[in-house]
Amino acid sequence: MVAAPGTPRASSDALLNTQRSRRPRNMGQIIRWLLLFIGGILMIMPIAYMISTSLKWPHEVYNVKLIPDEPTIENYTYVLEDGRFYWWFVNSIIIATITTICNLLFDSLVGYTLCKFRFPGRQIVFIAILSTLMIPTEMLVIPWYLMSQSFGWLDSYWGIMFPGLMTAFGTFLMKQFFESVPDDFIEAARIDGLNELQIWWTVAMPLVKPALAALAIFVFLGNWTAFLWPLIVTNSVDMYTIPVGLSGFGDEADVAWELIMTGAAISTIPTLVVFLIFQRFIIRGVVMAGLKG
Amino acid sequence: MATLSLNNLKKSYGSTEVLHGISLDVADGEFVVFVGPSGCGKSTTLRMIAGLEETTSGIIEIGGREVNNLEPKERDIAMVFQNYAIYPHMSVKKNIAFGLRSSKMPKPDKEKRIQEVAGILDMVDLLERKPNQLSGGQRQRVAIGRAMVRDPAVFLFDEPLSNLDAQLRTQMRLEIKKLHQRVGNTIIFVTHDQVEAMTMADRIVIMKDGHIQQVGTPAEVFHKPANTFVARFIGAPSMNLLAGQIEGATARLKGDVQVAVPTLENAGRRDILLGVRPDDLHPNSGNPIIGGKVILREPLGSETLIYVDTPSGEIIAKADGRTPPNVGDIVELGALPENLHIFDTESGEALT
Ligand SMILES: Nc1ncnc2c1ncn2[C@@H]1O[C@H](COP(=O)(O)OP(=O)(O)OP(=O)(O)O)[C@@H](O)[C@H]1O
Ligand SMILES: [Mg+2]
Repeated sequence: MVAAPGTPRASSDALLNTQRSRRPRNMGQIIRWLLLFIGGILMIMPIAYMISTSLKWPHEVYNVKLIPDEPTIENYTYVLEDGRFYWWFVNSIIIATITTICNLLFDSLVGYTLCKFRFPGRQIVFIAILSTLMIPTEMLVIPWYLMSQSFGWLDSYWGIMFPGLMTAFGTFLMKQFFESVPDDFIEAARIDGLNELQIWWTVAMPLVKPALAALAIFVFLGNWTAFLWPLIVTNSVDMYTIPVGLSGFGDEADVAWELIMTGAAISTIPTLVVFLIFQRFIIRGVVMAGLKG
Repeated sequence: MATLSLNNLKKSYGSTEVLHGISLDVADGEFVVFVGPSGCGKSTTLRMIAGLEETTSGIIEIGGREVNNLEPKERDIAMVFQNYAIYPHMSVKKNIAFGLRSSKMPKPDKEKRIQEVAGILDMVDLLERKPNQLSGGQRQRVAIGRAMVRDPAVFLFDEPLSNLDAQLRTQMRLEIKKLHQRVGNTIIFVTHDQVEAMTMADRIVIMKDGHIQQVGTPAEVFHKPANTFVARFIGAPSMNLLAGQIEGATARLKGDVQVAVPTLENAGRRDILLGVRPDDLHPNSGNPIIGGKVILREPLGSETLIYVDTPSGEIIAKADGRTPPNVGDIVELGALPENLHIFDTESGEALT
């Protein structure tokens, strides 16, 4: 670059300097964008393939092309008219919804108790609950199975749901969030004549809505996609949940990928809905927390 | 409205006793302020009255009824907390109505009562707002409104003004006092600010380390402090205390200064602290007691504080605001004999 005649040296130096120092920053920016871009592609590709495959005819399934040669919605009509998928969908909705509601209630009730009440053995109970986090599901399914068998819970909603109605993680999460509810609020309510259950429900719960929303998303997704335990505890096709049902879609000899992908594509819709509903609470919660004080 | 009586109230956390026997009778409609340094047990006492904290021993009576074993809601009290404790997820109106939740009042009456309280506190326009749309002073008014709405026998305030800035604090102080004159409920007010205590109280309870040091009207605790702690704690700048010895009607201070004091009965000859408030000690007035050199001046407008270096130690006195002595001047400070306080050095108790 040639400095215009009469341009003071200092300023042209400054110009050079800023350019020199901007370039690495630009490089950093480019690399960052690139990484994000790759990450984005990596995350979107499976979904893109899922949708693409669901729009293909069976003979085209093993073709890697993203855009099907002859797109069809035949698979969707088939899956939606197939009575089995309908029931799996209903089962999954019922199970994930009830489990989510139970977790929101029980986890927060226990978390609140552990956080706000002083009683002998409190610490031990808390540690006991936390320690269950360290046991993997794979190890638990056998005792669960034996238990379900002896109580006659096999192949029932209750059998699928009971292990997840309360989770140690949710309890821990809620306990931590209740720490942010000032004791003054609780004491003020006590003076105003509320009993402890009313205080929990009308004072403490509304103040931890963001945490409840996060927990709801987490529990709902976890149960919506749960595979191992529902697979083990169910026998009849009518009791399957979507993941269990889809895994066996097609006939015994051949796996019908286009139908599995169609089912999977349809089953993402409720998770999107749940996410969109509860995400709003999280954002609003953060905004509220920022404003108060 | 009701009387309140505390009888030898004690509180221990584990094996440490933090309140060592608090006894106090509060008359119906009285405004009593608990004041004392941080950690002296003011909040603990208040929380025991409210029923938020168990009493280790002693008896609490509200309106002549022992309340030791009653739940907070059965005690007919209301409490205002330092950080307001108004619920951020409820409107002002809901917050105030919250105080009426457990009352059996019919709905229209509740509504009327809420409007009435909002009117008294000048909050009618704010009823639909959320707390985060209010200023600190307005939030505190909401908290007071929620306490008022039930018309409790006793109001308990735990440092309700300490989160406000100085100007707002002065203003709220006045408002609470006016409110008390208007509604007339018994009030127990906790603060560590002695100005708040002096300006608001009918009677002040001064506490230290879990003991009551003195109970009295603002004038009593100011003019007749029971011990050196009260003497230092009440009044700003605090009382000058000069070490010395008393014999008959003469106090012999350090640096061989002799001061004539009112004769004490059977005081004998002993070590004392001679106390005199800066407000009672002026340069070039009658009854000179001690002289020295002015080392510092603090003009306050109508008056000037002067720091005087005397043989018995540094002393603060008050001089005229218009023509105060200059730094470096030698002044003779005088005080009326009745404004001299004598404390036993060992026990700190007042001998006058
Ligand atoms: N839960 C508790 N466990 C143990 N000690 C406590 C507890 N609560 C209070 N104390 C102790 O009791 C004493 C009195 O506390 P309190 O809160 O009544 O003081 P305060 O006069 O209100 O002080 P401040 O002006 O700082 O609010 C303090 O020494 C404190 O350490
Ligand atoms: Mg306190």
